[in-house]
This record gives sequence, structure tokens and C-alpha cells, in this order.
Amino acid sequence: MIDKYRAPLAFLTMALLLIIVGFGQSWSVALGIFNLCIISAIMAMGVNIQWGYAGLFNAGVMGFTALGGLTAVLVSHQPIYKAWVNAGSGILLSAFIFFLSILAIYFVNKKIEKGWYRRIIILVIIILVLLGLNIFYSPSVSIIESIDPAKSGFLGGLGLPIIISWFVAAFVAGSLAWVIGKITLGLRSDYLAIATLGISEIVIAVLKHEEWLSRGVKNVTGLDRPVPYEIELQESDWFINMIESLNSTKLQAIQILSERQDVLNKLVIDGSSIFVKLCYAGLFLSVLLIIFFLSYLALNSPWGRMLRAIRDNEDAASAMGKNIVAQHLQIFIIGSAIIGIAGAMLTTLDGQFTPGSYQPLRFTFIIWVMVIVGGSGNNLGSIFGGFFIWFMWIEAEPLSIAFIGMLTNELDYNSPIRMHLIASAPHLRLFIMGTILLLALRFMPQGVIPEKVAKE
Amino acid sequence: MESVDVINAFILLANFVIVPAISYGSQLAIAALGITIVYAVLRFSNFAHGDLMSFGTMTAILFTWLFQSLGITAGFLPTALLAIPFAIIITASFCLLIDRTVYRFYRKQKSHPVVFMIVSVGVMFILNAIVRFIIGPNDRTFFDGEKFLVRALDFKAYSGLAEGLTIKSTQVITVVVAIITMLVLFYFLQRTKMGKAMRAYSNNEDLALLSGINPDRVVMITWLIVGTLATIAGVLYGLDKSFKPFTYFQLLLPMFAAAIVGGIGNPIGAVVGGYIIAFSEIMLTYAYKKFFIYLLPQSLEPSGLTQFLSTDYKFAVSFIILVIVLIVRPTGIFKGKTI
Repeated sequence: MIDKYRAPLAFLTMALLLIIVGFGQSWSVALGIFNLCIISAIMAMGVNIQWGYAGLFNAGVMGFTALGGLTAVLVSHQPIYKAWVNAGSGILLSAFIFFLSILAIYFVNKKIEKGWYRRIIILVIIILVLLGLNIFYSPSVSIIESIDPAKSGFLGGLGLPIIISWFVAAFVAGSLAWVIGKITLGLRSDYLAIATLGISEIVIAVLKHEEWLSRGVKNVTGLDRPVPYEIELQESDWFINMIESLNSTKLQAIQILSERQDVLNKLVIDGSSIFVKLCYAGLFLSVLLIIFFLSYLALNSPWGRMLRAIRDNEDAASAMGKNIVAQHLQIFIIGSAIIGIAGAMLTTLDGQFTPGSYQPLRFTFIIWVMVIVGGSGNNLGSIFGGFFIWFMWIEAEPLSIAFIGMLTNELDYNSPIRMHLIASAPHLRLFIMGTILLLALRFMPQGVIPEKVAKE
Repeated sequence: MESVDVINAFILLANFVIVPAISYGSQLAIAALGITIVYAVLRFSNFAHGDLMSFGTMTAILFTWLFQSLGITAGFLPTALLAIPFAIIITASFCLLIDRTVYRFYRKQKSHPVVFMIVSVGVMFILNAIVRFIIGPNDRTFFDGEKFLVRALDFKAYSGLAEGLTIKSTQVITVVVAIITMLVLFYFLQRTKMGKAMRAYSNNEDLALLSGINPDRVVMITWLIVGTLATIAGVLYGLDKSFKPFTYFQLLLPMFAAAIVGGIGNPIGAVVGGYIIAFSEIMLTYAYKKFFIYLLPQSLEPSGLTQFLSTDYKFAVSFIILVIVLIVRPTGIFKGKTI
């Protein structure tokens, strides 16, 4: 009986927590947390599809997120025409050489018998490609990076609306997943974990250092926004009228006209920030619901039943003629594509792309805590896990500072121990996350909202 | 081309590639041994190993500070060497504590290795938090004592060559400590009763139980060894470079690559893998321009840096080697416990 009410109860608690923040801190803060909760929930769903439905351990969530972020930049940023004119051909030529070499290696692998002969040919191709890239790639890169380095210094993007990047990000992240999956799936499950851990570090290294592509640690700011700007809202009549009518009783109570105007101005400023966050929330929520609905349909189809069968008993499934490696590859690509979408959404929300901010604990392992706590194998659980753990991650910092403050109350105000403890308090939230993960694994391995065992 | 040029080129290579790679390789080898032993005996990939290393190093640093404040030093050697035994005791006991409170439950349940892996992520969070809470996330150097064994200037004056050779004392210490550690470990595994019991347990758990081997004791000894190896590797790396918690986390990839390249679960493989990864990482990211200037006639001198990969991508090297091994020989060079 209790199981039936778990999901509604969990989400009700979550809503209450957010409402408490809304009243306690401010609605703007609560909505800010809410938006990131949705993005976390989407990432958690991506990981859950890989882990909960196929048992794949993806330790490179950060890499796919960052790749999604890069896609957002490359799709939405205005192209830097000067860079394209001066060095675009060199870059395109290098890309062409690169793809040609991959094709060549692929064909050599297919057509020539295994042996030393084949390895030598592949080695020769790789060396030729390195030489070719040396001629075209390096000079173009230095040209691009020297064009107006303080403002651009990179190729820019396509100048399309940023929402389009959400779709493209799925494709880009999925392609990377295809490459990794091709290599590591079918081997031990640990190898996928280590390979994804590695590729995510490499993706971040590329984003940080290939300035012609991503501006590197100089960051890309001022990205296109799918929602109106606060300033525009504050100056538009319809918005001011709306705020006025919403708060009419409160405003009417104020007698003095100038004072009333001041209060209205303040309300408009607050309201504009909330309105923008609400717009984002609407957009994100629709993405969340679409992905949730699609995965619900997919996982209740024959395909979904096959996946669960493979997860629960690989040998039996393969005896039934299912190609396990191919199915795992499919699911790995789908999950990674969803993480890519979330990455693009995150960059959209931030309005900027900062490769330096991608940290594995924050972008990979927290997502895992979300999936495990929420309930692996259940998308509703992952959504709850995404909301709850993100909320904890944000609120754990002030809580631990308050906690340490309480502990050290007795100490002398300026004692070095107290100063050190207060300064280190934010790190306690890692401790909280670890404890939550371990406790959940131990005492609630099914998660808050367990997977429903289908009885068909 | 004169013969002096050849010697100069060799010294240059020794200075920037061979000596650093040997010391980095020794550090990686000791670290990878820890990973491979957990894998062989406890059967999971320990994601917390990097943070265990940073925990061990942190305790060593705290002891170093204590000794320094008491005025105890090791003369021309770094004080941290004195702190290592104490740090090992604390780290190894901490490993036992973690095993007792966390891992044992899943061992009794015979959980799937992936579950262990996720559990180790939880342990990683906690270790990370403890280290950051106590010592902070910043870069720290804790080296003291004599810095160089061979200085470039002295070497130049002595040999009369254009290229100088620098050997840092930490590099020698690393190699000496690493060799001693490996000898002791291999002696333990091959010659002692407990070591043989461990190998038997790793090879076939049920058969080992039937022969009267006490599994709890094997697990306990394993964690003691792992804690010891992690502390030694961490301190050596920290002495040679510097201590920063996040760097230790990032060492996970080269460490795992070393263990897998050698054949995960195989101790000799871990050592060989450590050196392979270290040499490839440094050789592929070194700019050979000056080296070729010595060796090639002027007309053939390279114009660029002649560097395969920029140093920013040193992680990519371990990854590429890992991928090549996974494609060509998934069991590793020495057949480990795979597939």
C-alpha cells in the first residue's frame, strides 16, 4: 500500500521544500534551484537509462554535459567572419584530412588480413595524417586565435537560435558515445567506466585548450537567450501593467503617489527576474516531460521488455537470439544523447560557456547519487533524485556553515581552529553526498521510488 | 655531426625524458599495484584509490609538520620519509574501518562488482571531503632537505658538455623506495604463507575457503597492503611534484590505464604498466626540437617544436594506450583476470 503513495509523497515533499525556500529565502532563489533541479533530473534520467535499464556504468557524464555546452556555443554564437575568411579553409581541410584518415583506417581494417602488415599500414596512415595536420591545422589555429583575441579569437558558431542546439547536442553526444561504446562495450563492465572517465577528462582538456573552437578558459559569454531579457521586461508596458494589476490591492494601500511608484518599480524588477526564470522553467519542464513520456513509451514497448530481459539475465537473453552488445550500444548512445541535451540546456540557462567550471564530482558523481537515491530503473525515481539531490547540494552549503558555526560557538572568535573550520565548512557537502549515497545503497538499494516490476 | 652532439642529445633526453619518466613510472607502479590488488582479491575497480592516496599523503604531511615543529628532521632527506610509517598506520587502519563499515556488508551479500564500484564512489566522496576539510583543496609542497643530487651546472662543469643533467633527490628517493616496496611486496606474495593464501583466495575463492584459508584475514591483510601502497605512492608523488587533492583524483586514469595495460589483477603487470604509461606520457608530450638539432644536419632541422601532443593532453596519452590495449589485447600484456 505504501509503495503506491511513494512517488506522490516524494514529489509533495520536494514541492514543500522548494516552497519553504521560496518563503524563507526568496522566490527567485527557489526558482533558480528549481530550474537546475530540472536539468539535473534530465541528466539523471540519461544515466538511469544506461544504468537502470542496461547496467552500464558511465563515469563520464561530465564529458557529455560539456560537449552539450559546446554545441550550444557552436550553434548559437554569431560566426566570426574574419576568422572564417582567413583560416576557415585550413580548419576545414584539416577536418577533411582527419575524417579521410578515419575512413582509410576503417577500410584497411576491413579489407586487409589481420597481422603485422595491417598494423604497419595503419601506423603509416597515422603518421601521414599527423604531418598533414601539422601543415594545415597549426597555422590556421594561430591565425584564428590572433584575430581580436580579447573579444573573439575563435571561429564562432552558426548564429542559429540556441534552442536548436538542444537537438544538435543530442546528436553530438550520441556520436561520441557511439565511438566509446564501440570500443568498450562487450568487454568487462569496469572498462566502460574507466574509458568514459578518461574521455570526459579529455573532452574537458580539449575545450580548455583548443581556443579556436571554444575560446578555452577565456569563456564564451553573452550567449543568445530563448527568453526575454530582464531589462526589456522592465521597460515594456504590458509587463508593468501586469505586475500592477497583480499587486493592485497592495499598491492601492499606499497613499503617497511617489512612494507607490517606488514600490511598483521594485516589484517590477523582482518580477522580471522571476518571470524570466519562469519562462526557463516552462521550457525545461516541457523538455523533461517529453523525454519522460518518450522513455515511458519506449520502455513499455517490446524493445523495453527486451532491455530489461537483457539486464536481468544476459545469458538467457542472448540464448533467445538478442544481440546484447548491439543493444547496449544503442542504450548507451540514447542515454548519452539525453545527457548532451541537458548539457546544452545548462549552458543556455547560464548564458555562458565556462570549460573551467566542469568538475567530475559536480557533473559526474553527483548525478550518480541522484540515480541511486531516486531509484535505479525508474525514471520517476531519477527525476525525484535529480530534484532532491540538487536541492541538498545547494542547501547543504549554508547548512554546513551554520552547523560548523554552532559547533564552534564556544571557541574564541578569532581562534585559528575556528577560522579553519569555518573556511572548510563548504567541503562538508561532499561528505553529506557521500553519506547519502552510502546510506541509500545500504538501507534503500531500490531507491526512494523503486522500479515497478511489470507483471504481464 | 660530432660524437659530442650525440652525447649531448642523449643527456638532453635523459634529463627531460628518461629520469622524470622513471620516477613518475615508479610512483604510478606503486599506485597501480594498489588498484590491481584490490581488483584481484576483492574483485572490484576501486574508484576511491586516488582519494585514498591523497588521504595517506595528507596524514604524512600532518606528521611532517608535527616533526618539523618538534625540530625533528631527517638531515638531508625530506622529513616526510620519517612520517611515512605513521601515515601508513593511520591510512591502513582507516582502510580497515571503511571495510568494516562499508564494504563488508556487500561482500557478505556477494554483490555484483558494479555495485562495489558505486560504493567506492561513495567512499571517494567521503575521503575527498575529509581531505579537503582538514587540509584544504590548495596546492601544497612539503618537501624539505637537500633538493638536488646532481645539479645541471655542476654536471656541465664536471663533464664539459653543453647539456646539463639534473637529478632531483626526490627522484632518487622515489626509485629507491619504490624498489624496496616492490621487493617486499613480491617477497610477501610469493614466499610467505599469508601471501600464498592471498593468491589462492584471489585465484579461486571457494577452493581457498575449502583449504581452510580465513577469508576475513585475507581481506584484512589486503586492505593493510592497499593502504600502505596508497600512502607510499601518494607521498612519493607529492614529494616529487606537489600535493593537491584534485590532482590525485585525476591520477585515477593513468593508474587504471597502467593496471589494465599490464593485465588487471596481475601485480607484475601493474609495475610494467606503470612504467609504460609514464614513458609514453612523457615521451609523447616532450618537444624534441633541441634533440633533433643535435642529431640532424642543419638542413634537416625541424621548424616546429616536434611535439606529438601538447602537455595539456597528457591524460589523452594514457587514454589512447588504454584504448589500443582494449582493442588489440583486452587481457593486458600479462594476462590478468579479465572477461
